[in-house]
Amino acid sequence: MPIDKIIVSVIGILGILFTYLYFFGKKEEAVEAKGSLDITVEGGYQPSQIVIPANTPMTLNFTRLDSNPCLEELVMPEFKIKRTLPLNEKISIKIKPQKTGSFPFSCGMNMFHGKIIVK
Amino acid sequence: MKTLSFPIAGMHCASCAGNIEKKLKKIPGITKASVNYAAEKGYVECDEKVSNTDIKDAVSSLGYTAYFSESGKNTSGGSNRLRHLEGGRMDSFQVEESKNPDELKLKELATLKTKIIISAILSTLIFFGSFPEWFNPIFNFQFSIFNLLSNPYTLFLLATPVQFWAGFEFYKNTIPALKNRTAGMDTLIAIGTSAAFLFSVLTAFFPQKLQQFGVQPATYFDTSSVIITLILLGRFLEARAKLHTSDAIKKLLSLQAKTARVLRYPKTPGVPYYAQPQGLKLQELDIPIDQVQKGDIIRVRPGEKIPVDGIIIDGSTSIDESMVTGESMPVEKKKDSRVYGATINKTGSFLFQADKVGAETLLSQIIKLVEEAQGSKAPIQRLADIISSYFVPAVLMLSIATFILWYDFGPAPVFSFAFVNLIAVLIIACPCALGLATPTAIMVGTGLGAQNGILIKDAESLEIAGKIKAVMFDKTGTLTAGHPQVTDFSFMPAPSSVEGDKLEELGDKLKLHKPKDVSYEDYILSLVYSLEKHSEHSLSGAINEFIENLPHPNPLLVGEGNWVRSYEIKDIQAIEGHGIKGVVKTPRMVSQRVYPGRDSSEVEETEILVGNKKLMEKEKIMRCAELDKKGELWAQEAKTLAYVAVDGKNVALFAIADTLKPDAKEAVLQLKQMGIAAYMITGDNQQTAAAIGKLAGIDSDKIFAEVLPQEKEKIVQELKSEADSKKITTASSKTIAFVGDGINDAPALASADVGIAMGQGTDIAIEAASIALLNRNLTAVPAAINLSKKTMRTIKENLVWAFGYNVILIPVAMGILYPFTGWLLNPALAAFAMAASSISVVGNSLRLKGFKLKI
Repeated sequence: MPIDKIIVSVIGILGILFTYLYFFGKKEEAVEAKGSLDITVEGGYQPSQIVIPANTPMTLNFTRLDSNPCLEELVMPEFKIKRTLPLNEKISIKIKPQKTGSFPFSCGMNMFHGKIIVK
Repeated sequence: MKTLSFPIAGMHCASCAGNIEKKLKKIPGITKASVNYAAEKGYVECDEKVSNTDIKDAVSSLGYTAYFSESGKNTSGGSNRLRHLEGGRMDSFQVEESKNPDELKLKELATLKTKIIISAILSTLIFFGSFPEWFNPIFNFQFSIFNLLSNPYTLFLLATPVQFWAGFEFYKNTIPALKNRTAGMDTLIAIGTSAAFLFSVLTAFFPQKLQQFGVQPATYFDTSSVIITLILLGRFLEARAKLHTSDAIKKLLSLQAKTARVLRYPKTPGVPYYAQPQGLKLQELDIPIDQVQKGDIIRVRPGEKIPVDGIIIDGSTSIDESMVTGESMPVEKKKDSRVYGATINKTGSFLFQADKVGAETLLSQIIKLVEEAQGSKAPIQRLADIISSYFVPAVLMLSIATFILWYDFGPAPVFSFAFVNLIAVLIIACPCALGLATPTAIMVGTGLGAQNGILIKDAESLEIAGKIKAVMFDKTGTLTAGHPQVTDFSFMPAPSSVEGDKLEELGDKLKLHKPKDVSYEDYILSLVYSLEKHSEHSLSGAINEFIENLPHPNPLLVGEGNWVRSYEIKDIQAIEGHGIKGVVKTPRMVSQRVYPGRDSSEVEETEILVGNKKLMEKEKIMRCAELDKKGELWAQEAKTLAYVAVDGKNVALFAIADTLKPDAKEAVLQLKQMGIAAYMITGDNQQTAAAIGKLAGIDSDKIFAEVLPQEKEKIVQELKSEADSKKITTASSKTIAFVGDGINDAPALASADVGIAMGQGTDIAIEAASIALLNRNLTAVPAAINLSKKTMRTIKENLVWAFGYNVILIPVAMGILYPFTGWLLNPALAAFAMAASSISVVGNSLRLKGFKLKI
């Protein structure tokens, strides 16, 4: 096998491994919050893992800084919430989780994700 | 003190309104501020020193725009808003037409359009220049422009604005995503087109260097710019189509009236309510709908929109409620009838008292429910969700793998093939179509339902409703009208078969002491009416309702008010479980001729009885064989009988039953035709249940009678579990819907797979139900099931299309067909396919709008 093919193969395979680890190996630190929490929407949700207590009202303030049309809609299926997030504007969403568990939220096309963990 | 009202543009949701309100309240001098999102208007009460500019600045600091007209007509200081009842037109609110909430989106689209047009022109030039060998023979410009166009530097100059100006948004969206270790659709496009562009730049400026590394130089400026143009075009068309998926909600929002004509006492500004001068006349006053308060008296004229919910206190009319209930026929309303905001008054003028305003109105509730449903997720989406969360990184990895495979094992020139195929893989992948497949259809489906008075509370219910195999109807109030009505009536027939005044002929034999100027029929009915008036029993109500609505045989008497006479009844006795009894006094008119000289004012006392057979037997009433025969017949139809005895003789008979709703039979028939079993459940006795069931067309083995309210839930459960046990053996599962009024059958509604509540307008929020029918038509049940089926079919089509597209075309882009057929996917063609696939998904969902529901 010529040397260039070996180099391309090695770099390529490393590239695949890197892609895998970069996107799937991400360990998200869950943020514990009470009362209210600001979430920045830019290339995803920061923080994206939120731990909140059950049966307590919670205000999530989303501010979208990213013009990606994907992120303009926020969907929280378990809470039956679908909101448009206008650019650079704080949108407050009030929830009061009754059940414990993990409730995902995402953008309108389900490409960016976050999770609300109710304890 | 002054009041200002002004339109605000740029609001996206109710919380924008809240933010503006908060900001406005902070301005010194403003005492009261409210912002209505639906009406897109702001209202403030403030000192004279607060200027329009203060408000404008405060609003624009949040990114919205407040509009004030130059003439300052927005300002309307307290009293000049008042309009005297008899006075001329008031200086009404001169506010600019409110802006469309989609305005910003449309502006975005306009910018996008400019980008598309310019990059399309540039891409065309680049395309011509990239393939001079194709176009030169056709156009035959020898020295011409083609030579200039095919110059790599020219191509570079043309392609750069497309890449970095038109394609800027791809970068803008990719970089923060990558920082966040996530990737979206734009990541794929940015990487794909950047690779093509950068390699072309290297080719243009350092061709020798490339050759030194053994790489064949080539320009792909055409590829990068055509991809960007096509994807932007796709995005434009998709966004435009997507605007229409929420048409139903927009339509509902636009239904709201903007002002209300309220009757209030004129207020002297600055003086507290209790210190206002007394004895003032009520004045009519046009106010913005936001300022309408509970308890306000509102006047509505023919052709006007009703502003809020309330109860009519004066006047009668017919109202077109189709916009909220889907019911196309206008509804008759009189005093004490409920009216709903956003419906249109057709004929009469009336006054009503507001009892629900703002977010409490039926329309606001409907909008809230539909929005919630559109925010929920259908279980069918789960798989698509899982796949799309791994999709983009997986495609990135596949594209690298494609490059390696083509580089190592592909034909020469290896680099070119490997590179083009890598780009093709990145471009062809379309996660958008997967993401749009379900939500767009759900939005259109729930919206269509709402327009027809079918409120589906979440996407899951919409999905399950299509799988319903059995529908269980509650009898009373659901299949039937819910209140007893007289179904049959007969007087004692004359012995001869003479038509016409049978009773007149009989009357003398009966020796009834009736006033001379009244026919026997009218006399008997009037007696019954006068007696039953004293009873609270529901059957009495039914009898009197029947008598009131009886068309009178004598046309001269019709229209002269009530032909029924009122007689004074004494010694009234309600006999529990039997009926009612009383004595009537009538002037002895009949006997005057027989016994001349007697006082005509002398009264005759006649005993009158209305009740069941037992009462007749107990009171030893002379029975009438003909009536008994009829009674037997009617009793077999499970009707309740009420005999009328006057002066010891049985003279008339009523049959009373809870009547089937007019469309019950049609609904059951439609369900049966759809292969859905119809059940009925009731607390009534077997006989009544069987009779109603027969009328409705429900099979006798599917009727549950004599069921206590608390047992209904158990039977629903049993039917479900019975179906479940069958499932193991026959693999046919049974999804059950329960249709009830939601008042006393909440547990049954909740335990069924789909609880359908026949809402009475305000009950739409019934927790236990997953579908609420606003128009109270039973045919809405099969219509809702059909809507669900149709929506689910659209979703499945979308998903099959979106999955199939990716599953088939990604391998094709990787070059899987090349060894067999020599086919490769051109990246520009890939861009076209990608754009087409997401548009077709949205387009397919929009097709649902044309679906006609039969209600």
